[in-house]
Amino acid sequence: MERNINRKRIDSATIISAAIVLCLYIAVFIAEQILPSTSMLFTVLKKGATYALVAVSMNLCNGFTGIFSLGQAGFMLIGAYVYGIFTIPVISRADVYQYYSGGLVQFTLPVFVAMLLAGLAAAFFAFLIGLPVLRLKSDYLAIATLGFAEIIRALFQWDKLGPVTNGSNMLRLFPTFNDFNIRGADGQVTVYLSTLVPLLISGVCIGAIILLINSTFGRALKAIRDDEIAAEAMGVRLASHKRLAFCISSFFAGVGGAMLAMYQTTVQAKSFTTAMTYEILLIVVIGGIGSVTGSCISSFLFVAASEWWLRFLDQKQMIGNFEVPLLRNGFRLVVFSIIIMIVVLFFRRGIMGTRELPDIIRGWQRKKKGGASK
Amino acid sequence: MWNTVFPYILSGISVGGQYALIAIGYTMVYGILRLINFAHGDVFMVSGIIMVYMAASGAPLWLCIPLVLILTALIGFVIERVAYKPLRTAPRMSAMISAIGVSYTLQNLVLYITGGLNQIYPTIPWISDSVTLFGATTKVVTVVTPILTLILVVALVLLINHTKIGMAMRAVSRDFETSQLMGIKINSVISTTFVIGTFLAGVASLLYFTNYTTVIQTSGAMPGLKAFVAAVFGGIGSIPGAVIGAFIIGIAENIIKGLDIILFKAGIIPGPMGLATFSDAFTFALLIIILAVKPTGLFGEKTTDKV
Repeated sequence: MERNINRKRIDSATIISAAIVLCLYIAVFIAEQILPSTSMLFTVLKKGATYALVAVSMNLCNGFTGIFSLGQAGFMLIGAYVYGIFTIPVISRADVYQYYSGGLVQFTLPVFVAMLLAGLAAAFFAFLIGLPVLRLKSDYLAIATLGFAEIIRALFQWDKLGPVTNGSNMLRLFPTFNDFNIRGADGQVTVYLSTLVPLLISGVCIGAIILLINSTFGRALKAIRDDEIAAEAMGVRLASHKRLAFCISSFFAGVGGAMLAMYQTTVQAKSFTTAMTYEILLIVVIGGIGSVTGSCISSFLFVAASEWWLRFLDQKQMIGNFEVPLLRNGFRLVVFSIIIMIVVLFFRRGIMGTRELPDIIRGWQRKKKGGASK
Repeated sequence: MWNTVFPYILSGISVGGQYALIAIGYTMVYGILRLINFAHGDVFMVSGIIMVYMAASGAPLWLCIPLVLILTALIGFVIERVAYKPLRTAPRMSAMISAIGVSYTLQNLVLYITGGLNQIYPTIPWISDSVTLFGATTKVVTVVTPILTLILVVALVLLINHTKIGMAMRAVSRDFETSQLMGIKINSVISTTFVIGTFLAGVASLLYFTNYTTVIQTSGAMPGLKAFVAAVFGGIGSIPGAVIGAFIIGIAENIIKGLDIILFKAGIIPGPMGLATFSDAFTFALLIIILAVKPTGLFGEKTTDKV
């Protein structure tokens, strides 16, 4: 990594990486116009985009700053609720808030404004919780943030807040990913964008995080991760850097929560459990703690494996006349957890370690050059 | 007034005793390995599931109970050997992630075996009977739990203070490397710690599920987290601290469950406020407060970091 510190200009590897990402986007756009919109591919891409953003935001905190936070589900919950509360059309409010006479909020914000607000709300809560919690050390911090997520979950289910949060009932009827499709005058979809737009939102946010990580601020964060005391001695202000990193991470977790709301089409506080945080943590670990590329790849792999590729494990399968034993509901998750344990125990660096896509391309280029000179 | 509050305090003491037995497992493991064993709550749940299946197989209860406890302790032993031992030299975060992985695995395994349905816990005679105590009707288990907890804790403290293995445990928790140099077989000490911890979790599961009667793959998560909070509250690494913390949390949680009714009957609030929603949240609020004010808990040792 030292090699990269003085790199100012954009080299060919970065350009190639950007081109790869661009090609992927174009491929998704084309695929979306050709393939039927019910294809599993799109479900995976939508959910994967959401999880990628949340995983990268968690990586910013846990992997790059060394703040071992387990509050991700809480921040996602805040994001999802803020998005839901402010985007349900006024006409539908009486229907959604049927037990709270139409609810308190009686206006609707545009989707992107609501998403921004979702992020800001999550960041604000992160600021509040950061005041006592960020002074703690590794595992105490983990358990305190976990506890915070549980508190938030209870708070949003509180009956007295019902006029705003709809109590323990679900929020629904807000704009979802499908509303990004452009429809003609007859109501028929003319251009499918329901997969591309979430990928774009997630891509823009992750891009912002990458820029942040490569800035002076990002390097200060890495210094804190590697050695707090040394970083402090070099003039990095620990408290403010940690707080800002925590808030930024939560901001993107909030945006991710809003995206999850759009993906699920409904929001209910009780689904944002610690299990969700664990899932995202495991994604980060599989991808490699401290690698944005790794988090993205593993999010899509994780979602694809759990929603799509391993689905067959949940049903009875016949090979000829032989019924494969063990296959029934839930087996997929068992296989999945065993894979995860293998990664955790034997491939501790995950898919990417701390490398990024440009690093890998640079490695290839160097190998090619080395081969040519011989 | 007393008649309204007393049942809640009673069930609080009972739940507190069950949390205490789980919390000891957390606090002992943390004391020695500096690892939050996130899987501990799930071992507690698995113990309940084993009991369900064993009773369903028709084995008599006097055989089931000791067998369940032995199997639970064995699971603790295996988990340590498979998931934590290889990571002993790795950064602390790796071991914690491994613990989360084990928790995920156990939950999914139970989901697969049970099909994700609530399992009815077998009725253990005598402790499932009802008794009336100072005008409050409850199960015998409520009364048995605190007594059994105290007996087990005293036995454990005696074990730690007066036996060779106990001395080894204390030495390992004080200094890992030095105790290794002094000829202590740390592997067996750590295994013993896990066996004791999970054994107590097994006892807790007998008592807890007799009270709640159903087991599902997620039923270990909340009691586990709360027991951990209790361990932190009392000062992690300290067994008496964990027990006291567990009782405080158990009682506080149950009083909050009935706070609506208590306050309403006392005439403080005009109508129900739905405060019972916060019975879980309160535990965690308490955790954040105690960590902010006294990070080492009530009885924790003060540590100083050397640069």
